[in-house]
Amino acid sequence: MDAVLAPLRRWPSRQPLLFLLLAVAAWFGLYLTLTPAAEALVAVLPVERDSHLGGALQFFFYDTPKVLLLLTGIVFIMGMVNSWFTPERTRALLAGRTEGMANVMAASLGIVTPFCSCSAVPLFIGFVQAGVPLGVTFSFLISAPMVNEVALTLLFALFGWEVGLLYLGLGLTVAIVAGWVIGRLKMEVYLEDWVRDMPHTAAAVGEDRLSLGERLDAGFAAVREIVGKVWPYIIGGIAIGAAIHGYVPGDFMASFMGRDAWWTVPLAVVIGVPMYTNAAGVIPIVQALLAKGAALGTVLAFMMSVIALSLPEMVILRKVLKPRLIATFIAVVASGILLVGYVFNAVL
Amino acid sequence: MIDIKVLGSGCTNCRNTGALIEDVARARGIAVSLRKVEALPEIMRYGVMSTPGVVIDGKVVHAGGVPSRAKIEQWLDAAGHHFLPDLD
Repeated sequence: MDAVLAPLRRWPSRQPLLFLLLAVAAWFGLYLTLTPAAEALVAVLPVERDSHLGGALQFFFYDTPKVLLLLTGIVFIMGMVNSWFTPERTRALLAGRTEGMANVMAASLGIVTPFCSCSAVPLFIGFVQAGVPLGVTFSFLISAPMVNEVALTLLFALFGWEVGLLYLGLGLTVAIVAGWVIGRLKMEVYLEDWVRDMPHTAAAVGEDRLSLGERLDAGFAAVREIVGKVWPYIIGGIAIGAAIHGYVPGDFMASFMGRDAWWTVPLAVVIGVPMYTNAAGVIPIVQALLAKGAALGTVLAFMMSVIALSLPEMVILRKVLKPRLIATFIAVVASGILLVGYVFNAVL
Repeated sequence: MIDIKVLGSGCTNCRNTGALIEDVARARGIAVSLRKVEALPEIMRYGVMSTPGVVIDGKVVHAGGVPSRAKIEQWLDAAGHHFLPDLD
């Protein structure tokens, strides 16, 4: 059995271009059949299409495959793109630059460089060691987890491209400005002593001669790892969303998370800090809040706070940062997020 | 005996990496001494920025993410080669 399947499993790496073309065609084919398929499924079930339940089911049957399809496609592409932007290469691009434009670069590279929060500390030290300025390092560290393809895809799929684009723009802005401010404050002395005493290393870039086939493999690996991990959250989130669409009164949240009350934004940020979850985990909550009339600025502030400021990550960072620098980091990022929340609520 | 170190501060991926290497070594009957390096200063000495990292006989062969089974087999075969002359 395995002897028969093994060559089949390996052909994408051998014929990468052919595989990509076929995959793109199959992807769009599937995407176009989503609406008719969802309608057909509901039509088969013994439920009135126009009833609450019928609406909720149609929503669920349409949104679940749509989100999973989008996520798989984008994570696959990002997995391939990530194979060009290794942390070593990103570090070499940033090393020795002065602040300002470098903060912008660092925040942008944060989107495309693969990042896992368990690597935050080695990455941090590696950057500082190679002479990347502290503020620039922070721009990267803030942007990398907050502005990622999973968060953006989910926002785009569930709330439209405007919300996705807004989140992208604001996340980058917070990362750039917060990093720049931390750089201005000249806080290098508040690194833990052993970090400051580490020998300076050159930011060398290793050989990178991956074939297209190997990059495809990187794409597959990303899909296995990311989509394999987040799909239960997504299905759960859409189920909650579907139920809310049918059953919860429309202005339930508006009374205490609407835009009229000034204290909702800080409250959202404070609640978000101790919560530790990935973008996929927080989307169901965001979905529920928005659907019930919570203000967009408040909800985005909550989401950014959950992802960018997490208590466990602070505990990890404490190994390399002295308390004063951690406090500054939290204060600067939290202010940025607060501002985003208020601006949004005021403008929209 | 091949000397293998897995660098990483105890995340799930690091544990999985160690388990996978042990598994491959056992399957191929290759003797390895596997050690987890969790102290940050020591991890940083290898110049690794993403964990888990894998060090074989003092050389960093991998950084970031759980390596594939095929890759581990490749490393072990390459490292095991040095010991073949002893068998003659």
